[in-house]
Amino acid sequence: MPTVIFPGRYDSLAKIADLVKKATQEFGLDRLAAYGVETAVDEACSNIIEHAYGGEGKGEIEFNYRIKDDFLIITLQDTGASFNPKSVPKPKINVPLKQRQETGLGLYFMHQWMDEVKYDTAGKTNVLTLIKRKG
Amino acid sequence: MVIEHTELKRCDVINVKGRIDSATAPKLAEVVNEIVEAGRFRIVFDMDGVDFISSAGLRVLIGTQKNCKRYNRGEVVLAAVPETIMASLELAGFTPLFKIFKDGVSAVGNF
Repeated sequence: MPTVIFPGRYDSLAKIADLVKKATQEFGLDRLAAYGVETAVDEACSNIIEHAYGGEGKGEIEFNYRIKDDFLIITLQDTGASFNPKSVPKPKINVPLKQRQETGLGLYFMHQWMDEVKYDTAGKTNVLTLIKRKG
Repeated sequence: MVIEHTELKRCDVINVKGRIDSATAPKLAEVVNEIVEAGRFRIVFDMDGVDFISSAGLRVLIGTQKNCKRYNRGEVVLAAVPETIMASLELAGFTPLFKIFKDGVSAVGNF
């Protein structure tokens, strides 16, 4: 599909989700797996807006997907600050309510729902690749 | 996202329809904060009409639960959770932190 460019605003998330649903349907994922991909892309885009751009209306998100054999490959590009995933601690999941941190879940969801999450930088562009394998 | 808030004698019921993401979670936070600020800490969150919830929405749930459970003054319970959203709650480790009911009526009956 051709690349679609969205403004880096939270109201773009629902429109991006519509494209993700189209992609997962075309790829033939079941409802739960499709929901997982929708979650991963939503979290990735929210992180781009909040962390890479430092807020809404500061830049764009380029969305693209392709299907190759048993793989759905989604790419998201931005020109914000680059991101070091190792800088985000893994959330503590099995702890009592009082000790629950309210952050870090987004990145955790991306890794849990997708088979592969890759971060690359090309010049000033950050390229995030999310890969889902069928079956 | 559409939020319906019903104030009952024993608790408050919030019905949400649509997506809870970074765009809409602040509105949900606003509604629950108003309830808590009014001194009402027993909240039923009916998720029957929720299509999607991201970590931004889950942060609202956990923050409200922490607030309501303080001093044992109440709690947030969940009702009619769709299968997809239940999978997210399980992945996030939220299922031990909330009572979960099959529908709104049984959730209200908990209080």
